[in-house]
Amino acid sequence: MAILLMGAATYATRIGGFLLIRRFKPGPFLEAWFGHVPGAVFAALVAPSVWQAGLAGWAGAAIGFGAMCWTGQFLPSLVLSVLAFFLARHFL
Amino acid sequence: MLPILPAAVAFGLVYGVAAAEKGMSALEIALSCMFIFAGASQLVAMELWREPLPIVTMVLSVFVINLRHLLMSATVAPWFANSPRLATFASLFVLTDESWGVAVADRRGGRSDAAFLLGAGATLWVVWLGASTAGHALGDLMRGFDPDLFAWLITGFFVVLLAGFWRGPGDLLPWLLAAATALATVQVLPGTWFVLIGALAGSLAGAWLHVRRR
Repeated sequence: MAILLMGAATYATRIGGFLLIRRFKPGPFLEAWFGHVPGAVFAALVAPSVWQAGLAGWAGAAIGFGAMCWTGQFLPSLVLSVLAFFLARHFL
Repeated sequence: MLPILPAAVAFGLVYGVAAAEKGMSALEIALSCMFIFAGASQLVAMELWREPLPIVTMVLSVFVINLRHLLMSATVAPWFANSPRLATFASLFVLTDESWGVAVADRRGGRSDAAFLLGAGATLWVVWLGASTAGHALGDLMRGFDPDLFAWLITGFFVVLLAGFWRGPGDLLPWLLAAATALATVQVLPGTWFVLIGALAGSLAGAWLHVRRR
């Protein structure tokens, strides 16, 4: 039930642009806002978990973030992040 | 098209493992892949997954994350000027960041075939569903292995995904604000409000800075 509602919400945005473009053109503020939403959602989502994980959390987050920005490779960055978290938890 | 498939497989596998750890059943994961079919949204839904389900927060979060699809489907609208309705709506159902990206690149390369978008999206749909359910099976095998490390697998997953959204220094301030607002909200409000409030604060500030800078 929840899944179907979320699916409907997603599909609404997928066809919404197609249907709306005939009537209305988004202004620069709306356009910028849409672009900023995904990053902001994830920043808000991870913040408490990283905070609670303490020092190891900071290490894992910094390594994972840096590796992804640097290499752009999803899986290696995640592996490095988990490794950094594991090592920091044991040795710090 | 091909370059995005290995990433989708890896992403799907990790999603499946993480979702299994969060207590989602194989059926729930498969249904999410089939009907939501949006990586970022499914991750947020998974993270919010608990008893009782915070349905309003989940649907709102998924909706705001996907607002960017409005822009993407608006840009492809002219491609479908001569296409049958059913094909158009099917193509839009499987519209994703990745398939949209490769289709726009293909279009810039001089080819013009709206079917490319449908083909890329449909391929991704199958790969995504397969990889995620396989990941769930894998997660079942690994259950109870090291809970702290598993919890980090999920958080690290989000961090890496967030880094993938990085577009430039203009993102720094909105993200810090979103994180700080979320941390403050967790202290005072129960449940999952921190996601919506933090995300709204960060994204609105980002948009405001963006418009003011010009």
